[in-house]
Formats: sequence, C-alpha cells, structure tokens
Amino acid sequence: MSIQGPEWAIEADGLVKVFGDNRAVDGVDLRVARGSIYGVLGPNGAGKTTTISVLATLLKPDGGRGRIFGHDVVAEPHVVRSLIGVTGQYASVDEQLSGTENLVIFGVLLGLGWREAKRKAATLLESFELTDAAGKPVAKYSGGMRRRLDLAASLIVRPPLIFLDEPTTGLDPKTRGQMWQIIRDLVRDGSTVLLTTQYLDEADQLADRIAVIDRGRVVAEGTADELKASVGTASLDLRLGDMTQAETALEVAARVLGSQGTFTPEHARITAPMADPDRVTDLLVALRERGVHLTELSVQKPTLDEVFLTITGHGVEPEADAREGVAA
Amino acid sequence: MTVMDPTVSALPVPEVRVSIRKGLSHTLTMAYRSLLKVRRTPEQWGDVVLQPIIFTVMFAYLFGGAIAGSVDSYLPLLIPGILVQSVITTSVVTGVQLREDMDKGVFDRLRTLPIARIAPLSGALLADTLRYVIATTMTFLVGFAIGYRPAGGIPGVIAGGLLVIVCAWAISWIFALLGVMARNSATVQALSFLVLFPLTFLSNAFVPIATMPGWLATFATINPVTHLVTAVRALTSGVVATGDVAIALGGAAVIVLIFAPLTVRAYMRRA
Repeated sequence: MSIQGPEWAIEADGLVKVFGDNRAVDGVDLRVARGSIYGVLGPNGAGKTTTISVLATLLKPDGGRGRIFGHDVVAEPHVVRSLIGVTGQYASVDEQLSGTENLVIFGVLLGLGWREAKRKAATLLESFELTDAAGKPVAKYSGGMRRRLDLAASLIVRPPLIFLDEPTTGLDPKTRGQMWQIIRDLVRDGSTVLLTTQYLDEADQLADRIAVIDRGRVVAEGTADELKASVGTASLDLRLGDMTQAETALEVAARVLGSQGTFTPEHARITAPMADPDRVTDLLVALRERGVHLTELSVQKPTLDEVFLTITGHGVEPEADAREGVAA
Repeated sequence: MTVMDPTVSALPVPEVRVSIRKGLSHTLTMAYRSLLKVRRTPEQWGDVVLQPIIFTVMFAYLFGGAIAGSVDSYLPLLIPGILVQSVITTSVVTGVQLREDMDKGVFDRLRTLPIARIAPLSGALLADTLRYVIATTMTFLVGFAIGYRPAGGIPGVIAGGLLVIVCAWAISWIFALLGVMARNSATVQALSFLVLFPLTFLSNAFVPIATMPGWLATFATINPVTHLVTAVRALTSGVVATGDVAIALGGAAVIVLIFAPLTVRAYMRRA
C-alpha cells in the first residue's frame, strides 16, 4: 500500500480529560496505523467514550495531545472534522425525522447538492437494508436499524477515519454479525476504524490491534493474540466432587498447566487459565492418578473478566457479580 | 452488504475554516431541518395557532366592556397588544427547543461535522420566524372575525405585523441565551416566563398606562414593549408613528447587539 501523508491515522500522547475529581482519561497514548481496525477494549466507565470524544473534537483535552492524520485536534478542529466520521453509543440521528431526511440533511451539510444528497441517501439506505423504512421517522426504528442508520450517516462522504463507539452493544447476534461485515468492508475499502467495545470477542474478531483501557489508562496494548497469550487462550473450569481435595487439585493443575488456579469454595469450583487446551487430557489423567473426583468440567475462552483480572489485578466488578449470580 | 464507494486512497484536501457563503448555506439547511421537524410533529403548532385565538377572544370579551366601554372600541387597542404578547410568547419556544436539541445525540453528530459552528443556532432562529408569521396571521384573522376593522387597512396590518416579527426575532435572542446556558428545557421555560410576563403585561398592551400607579406607569413607559405596542397601534390605525417605530426598532437592535454576541459566545463554548 502506498502511503500518502502521515503514517498514523491517530496519534494520542498523554491525553488527559478531567471531570471534577474524576480523571476520566488519565494519560492515554495511542498509535493507530492507517487502514487498520483498532479496538479499544474496556468496561463501562473506563474512559473509552471520553477518549473518542476528545479525538473527535467533542471535548477539549485537559492535557496531552491528539492528532488525526497529523492534524492537532485542538488547534485544527475544523480540519479534523473533515477527516472523521463519528458513530456514537446512542443513535445520533434525529428521531423525529425519517431515515432519508436525516441522511439528506447531513449530506447537504457536508457539501453535497440536494439531488446528489438524495441519491446518496437512497444508495446508503439500500446497502444498509433500510430502504423499506426510509420514509418512517427514526423513532419507530428498532435498535439495530438505528445503529445502521447512524453508521450510514457517518459514511455519506466516506471519511478516511471512522470512530465507532460500541457499535454492537445491545444488538442481537445476527445484527452484530452484519455490523462486523460492514466494518470489515469499510477497512477493505481503505478507511481506518477505531472502535470501542466491551466484548473481547468483538475486538478479537475485528481489530488488528487492541488497547485495553481501565480507569482512564491504557493497561495493555497489542494484537489479539498477544493479549490472549497473557491470559491463556482458554480457561478451565473444574467442579470437585469432594471439597477436601481442593488443595490437591490446585497443586496438580499448577504442575500440569503451569498456571495458578483459583478455588471458589461455595461452588466447589476451580478456575485456571490455560495456554494450551490440549493439556486438558494430561490434567485429567494426572487428577485420576491422584484420586481427585470431578463432577463437571468445561473449557472456556478467556472472557473480558479474565483479561481484566490478569492485566489489572481487579475484575470487571458489576459484570463479574452478574456472572456469579448466573452461575449460582 | 457492500459499501459501493470508490476506495479511500488519498486524504481529502481539508479546508481550514468555513466560508461565509457556506455558513449561510449550513444555516438554511438547519432551518429546513427545523421546519421538517415541525411538519412531523404538528402538535408543536398548538401554541402558535391556538394561543392567539384563545387570548384574543378571551381578552376582548373579558375586558372590552370594562376598559373601552365595548368590545368593538377595545379591539383597535387590544389586537396590537395581543399580537405583541402572542408573538413574543412564541419566541420563548426558540430557547426551549434549542436546549432540547443540544441535549440530544444528534447535536453531538452536528458538532463532529465540518460545518459552521453557529449553523444549528442560526438555523433555529431563522426557522422560528415562520412561527411568528403564523402567530401574527392568526391574531389578525381572529380579530377580523370578531369585528376588528383597522383604519390603516391591509398595508397598516402588514406593516404592523412585520414590525412585531422583527422585534420578536430580536427578543428571541434573550431566550436563545437562556436556552444555551440553562441545564434543561424546563428551566429554560420557567426562566423565560419570568422575563416574558413582566415585559408583556407591565406595558400598555392590555390596559392604558394612565390607570397604573406611578412606579408602574414609569416602568410601563420605558418598557420597549410599550413602544412596540404603540407603534403597531399607530401603523394599523393608519397614523404616522415614526417616533415609536424608531424606538421599537432601536430597542430590537440594542437587544440583538447585547444578546447575540453573548448567546453566540456561550453557545460556541459548548458547541
């Protein structure tokens, strides 16, 4: 790929945004290469949306520096705005207006003629499968339809950089899959995408590189594989028939898997990160040799909880609670 | 699903700022957007259509006998007063809607577009002049229906109507400022009526100033709304009223000169 202009779509250096005593963004550094999908992963309140807002000129940073294709977000906001498209967590389209009206108005504001804006609106609505709802007010759209319209509104003039703030949160699996395909198509056509997500799976599926954000800071950065390697590629769940064997089981697991498991007495459960799922067989053999009796066994992909637990030393508290509730 | 655009290869050559011509076009587009919304939510027209009808009929029959001896002789005094009051009340909506708009997600998108920062504000103010035209037309129509026959004829009515619309537009900057600064639309509404009621009722709009106690008469005399009402009465009666028209327009200019920069500054800080 021949590169015209700067190499980085986004450069953020020590970005800080403070609300009262809350340091929502507390020294974020990011480098997003042109033509890539970059995932920003973190729980609610980690500072993902605030980071995007600063980079998209919606908020002024209290410290640090952000550049979009080499243009400073504070010094040249108008230039930056002409290079980006932003799709927010909440559909940022006009609820009282129809899908077509929304897109036509944004198109005209972006400098298209009325006729061209109408044609563009029609093609976008068609490619996002919204033609049937084109004339209906957005208030009557489903969540997925709104999200698609919202994304369509960001693509009217095909900005070279697109911010997607939690593009699939709250969507059903089918709609989520469609959204993923749209995002892949965008990047294939040369756009750069920065997306935030709460789902490791989503970042894993889409992003070339991922930054894990917690409490306003980037706590880990790398490719999906690099991040997963740090927490094991899978997580092993064992349920013991006899609680008194917990210590033995942990010891065997540590020896065979090479990682320290945790024991939850209420459920007689042992959870251990696992780099290589093939070792399960070895572990089972070893456990039988020591006479440890199991009632249940499962292997799971690492969840965001585990990535967080490993990287930050604390879990995604509210969601971790919810999971415990379900498990119990 | 495919996105059928040519590939994004080179970066666009960006403009550093918005030209005035483009800013104007953005304003017109935003005004068009406001009008579309009005068409979608016809209940928003309730106040501009119904209020002039209710106020005109109510005040005419309630106060007509007491103040002017009869409804017919009260109408030439009342209609200009009602007109000013209705249209200025309509201008409160500017601030309320501005606040509601700024609280919505769509406002964030507008702020990320490479458009004139001021366009959502200027577009809203422009679209609202249509509301003033409708409130003005309704008031005159109801007046005509219950026997209002202004001596100034149609030219006088048009001149009076235009003067009110210009002044209401000027006053809407006050409410726009409240809209931009207030925390929510309910606050805007409450604060706006605190401004609106003294301004419109403590004037000669409904009762002659001569009947007021001295301190109130003093306020009513310097109140720009009084001069506006006097000017409209003169215009609709076919009387030459250069002095009051000049004061009304001058007052409107002063309000714009003070409040437009304040509003724009407060708005830009948030936009």
